[in-house]
Amino acid sequence: MIGATVILAVAVIAGVSIGPVSVPLGVIADTLAAHLPWHPAVSVPPVDAAIIWQIRLPRVLLGALVGSMLAGGGAAYQGVFRNPLADPYLLGVAAGAGLGATAVIISGGGLGLLPVAAFGGAIAAVALTYLLGAGAGRPGEDGGQRGAAGTASILLAGIAVAALLTAAQTYLQQAHTQTLQSVYAWILGGLSNATWSQAWLIVPYVLISGLILLAHRRLLDVLRVGETEAGALGVNVPRLRLIVVIAATLGVAAAVSVSGLIGFVGIIVPHLARLTAGASYRIVLPVSMIGGAAFLVLADIAARTVQPDTEIPIGVITAAIGAPFFLFVLRSRRARAETS
Amino acid sequence: MIGVDDLRVSFGPTRALDGVSATVATGEWVALIGPNGAGKTTLLRAIAGLTPSAGGIVLAGQPARQLSHRKRARLIAYVPQHPQLPPEMTGLDYILLGRTPHLGYFAMESEADRRICLDLLDRMALTDMAGRRLATMSGGEAQRLVLARALAQQAPILVLDEPTSSLDLGRRVDALELIDEMRRERSLTVLSAIHDLTLAGQFADRLVLLRKGTVAADGEPADVLRDDLLSEAFGAGVGVLRTSGGDLAVISHRQRSAAPP
Repeated sequence: MIGATVILAVAVIAGVSIGPVSVPLGVIADTLAAHLPWHPAVSVPPVDAAIIWQIRLPRVLLGALVGSMLAGGGAAYQGVFRNPLADPYLLGVAAGAGLGATAVIISGGGLGLLPVAAFGGAIAAVALTYLLGAGAGRPGEDGGQRGAAGTASILLAGIAVAALLTAAQTYLQQAHTQTLQSVYAWILGGLSNATWSQAWLIVPYVLISGLILLAHRRLLDVLRVGETEAGALGVNVPRLRLIVVIAATLGVAAAVSVSGLIGFVGIIVPHLARLTAGASYRIVLPVSMIGGAAFLVLADIAARTVQPDTEIPIGVITAAIGAPFFLFVLRSRRARAETS
Repeated sequence: MIGVDDLRVSFGPTRALDGVSATVATGEWVALIGPNGAGKTTLLRAIAGLTPSAGGIVLAGQPARQLSHRKRARLIAYVPQHPQLPPEMTGLDYILLGRTPHLGYFAMESEADRRICLDLLDRMALTDMAGRRLATMSGGEAQRLVLARALAQQAPILVLDEPTSSLDLGRRVDALELIDEMRRERSLTVLSAIHDLTLAGQFADRLVLLRKGTVAADGEPADVLRDDLLSEAFGAGVGVLRTSGGDLAVISHRQRSAAPP
């Protein structure tokens, strides 16, 4: 956890310092100091101050918030569904947000509406998934394993809802090809339009969601012995699952609403946390949150510096790092399973 | 004490339990026996509140249906036939899971909870397992650890589904002896499904024979381990022998006589 915090600190400093215009660290420090109450008298070149305070700092902060939420949400989903492949988009968040965003873009609605529509779409999709999935599976027909069947039918409902909403989104997108570019850019996700107001907008969601998830770290450890045994230990598993899903969904939907669909953070960061820090959710959750923030800030640095003139969509960076890493995790898992 | 009265469980059109009534007195060990599919696991799960059922269930004098998940888990510790053992978890962390019903929703284990678990490890001679990962443990070690987790619940009732099914003969007897020792030490009420009829007769005070979701026989081992009852329940030739030491041994007969040499 200390390691992840150090990496995050380095990432934030690098994220603020690195860019097309080089600003000395001293100027950065003075810029930050100028925004403190009772700050010492400092003089900062106004251009540098604007670059740091208006462009880079909100971008780094937004990246950290979004990365933290995606990774924390992914870890929580993996715990509550006991599925190492679960990511925060599992129950339809991405498809719902995509449909909401596409609807706003093609209707020519104001950009201010975009986060609202994406957020609403994401929440509605997960609610639909839960209503359909949790009610499915008649009691008893699964040999009494209600908990396990509940999980499976919720995951399946998520796949179906996501497919349905993605179909609707693709149809809308293809019927309005003139907006294809902006729809596509939103779906790929990015932090290039980060502003302070966006960051402040999602702070409460990320904070509340993160705190609720962290408060469930012990119960997620109980779930590691399975839903039946957790139930026998006195845990109300359906209720626990619902609370964790609501908390994770609120935070992830807020993150997605301002950043678009940034993939892979929610799946690789928790696995990295497990590999390096241990499998207990008391460790995995906080390390994922800190590490997710660092990962996305670093990925964003790469997104805006690898090609000199243009930005690479951050989703491309996270997937380009994420996919090989995922294969590495799978291989090392198999190797360990064979040796133990 | 456990009491079930006219307990019924249906899985769709199939009746898994069809009016089962039985009691287990405080401090008593009752073994559930019966062929595959007779309803042993379903009965244990229904008593533990893990399978929806109709009919009466009383645990330690309290109607079980009025109990919350947590309150029920303080009265009854349930161990399934194949417990899930998270490979990366340490022995101590695993036993600490047994404290779950005693902790508030957001609470963490206290020093007192750790003390209870460490004392239990000490009592069961498992102290060296506290820091080891579950992945490194043998079947016998894991079995004892699972029992320790159940005992960490400090529930007066212990419900065990085939507690020895994955062990060799020697480890089986060891595990059952340990259960018996803990039962006597803490006056636990034990209800367990046991596949091995001979061991069931040796360890349990009373046997309940289930067949097709109903109670076919209920009584002391000598009254239940009878050729006719077992042959009918298991649908095969079963013989009961009394050893010179006074134990009842259950053997099966081959359907055909052995081929001539």
